Amino acid sequence: MGQRRFTFFSTRKGIIVSGAVIGVLATVLQKFGNPPNMGVCVACFERDIAGALGLHRTEVVQYMRPEIIGIVLGSCLASLFYGEFRPRGGSSPVVRFILGFFAMTGALIFLGCPWRALLRLAGGDGNAIFGIAGLVVGIWIGTLFFEHGYNLGRSQSTQKTAGWIMPGIMASFLVLMLVFPQIPGQEKSGVLFYSVKGPGSMHALLAVSLIFGLIIGFIAQRSRFCTVGGIRDLILFRQTHLLFGIVALALAAFVSNLILGQFRPGFENQPIAHSMSLWNFLGMVLAGLAYTLAGGCPGRQLFLSGEGDGDAAIFVLGMIVGAAISHNFGIASSPQGIGPYTVPALITGLAVCSIIGLTMREK
Amino acid sequence: MGSIVDARGLSCPQPVMLVLKEMERIQKGEIVILVDTDTSKENVCRLAASRGWEVKSIEPGGAGYKIVIEKG
Repeated sequence: MGQRRFTFFSTRKGIIVSGAVIGVLATVLQKFGNPPNMGVCVACFERDIAGALGLHRTEVVQYMRPEIIGIVLGSCLASLFYGEFRPRGGSSPVVRFILGFFAMTGALIFLGCPWRALLRLAGGDGNAIFGIAGLVVGIWIGTLFFEHGYNLGRSQSTQKTAGWIMPGIMASFLVLMLVFPQIPGQEKSGVLFYSVKGPGSMHALLAVSLIFGLIIGFIAQRSRFCTVGGIRDLILFRQTHLLFGIVALALAAFVSNLILGQFRPGFENQPIAHSMSLWNFLGMVLAGLAYTLAGGCPGRQLFLSGEGDGDAAIFVLGMIVGAAISHNFGIASSPQGIGPYTVPALITGLAVCSIIGLTMREK
Repeated sequence: MGSIVDARGLSCPQPVMLVLKEMERIQKGEIVILVDTDTSKENVCRLAASRGWEVKSIEPGGAGYKIVIEKG
């Protein structure tokens, strides 16, 4: 398998199918109960997981999202099946943790990862345009650092156990959900927190969410789907391969929304969104910069962590901790707008990412 | 004797950046590229195809692949 130059999923058709599958499954998940314009959002769902674990106590966003578990385990299965599971790590782990932390800070100012930015646009939320513009600018700034020698250093192959940590964490989360299932109307079941109202209370059946996550993880591991890579490669190399995946996700979600009656164009009162354009833009500048410096979008980091990449796993853990602190500190936005400490956090994040970009260079 | 690009252990987009830099430096000839993931292998092959370089061989070796590309 390995000696073949390209498999189906690494062709243009393959990346288009991957994007389209994510777009369709996400919008169908909304029909099945997930929050509107949030069928699958890596940032929002990792934030909900932080809530389910009690790392933050924002009552409306607490749920152990099985989609995230499925994505990591689906990627893990694909990598095992195709002989690509390769435990590795050691490329500036603590820097990747901080990049994950500030990527989440930026994402929660906008209220969504790049996938959700596309899903919001495909659902008619015009505010997403400012977020996507910010994402592009953030990625562009990231490419400037790369062009000036930015480098987090090489990863090394490591022991099998290290590669199994992230899939193991996700499997444990699933076990916790099965041992402590949601009790209607109750905020807590055993050790897990659940939302009684708000987006955290809106979800498809566990099995449906898990299976859809597994499908996305499996396919995207094969195709290397990456939204940040799509824009980055266009800027750096004039290559459009991954970009086709982004366009396919947005178009498929748009058509699916039309069919399912979920398309509602406008800027005001969009679901789980605010219309402070400047902060939507700047939040995604920060997130886009952090994703680019870390080598891929938050979805891609999940796929990589599933195939044994410990550095990607550290980034994911940084995002989960970042979500907890963003909510505890009043940094995260809500539908009413930005939080009391959004601005200083945004400035700090941009400063830290810029220092990392400027100073982490190949010796 | 062609040039060698060791892109093992590097995350995106660095393997492609290194190969592109080498392509621009030598203009034509042979480049041997070492990568350690299938993603990097595909990305390097895709770059070669888009820049008019021919992929001569891909050999699994160690914990990755040795890719040889050539432009006449």
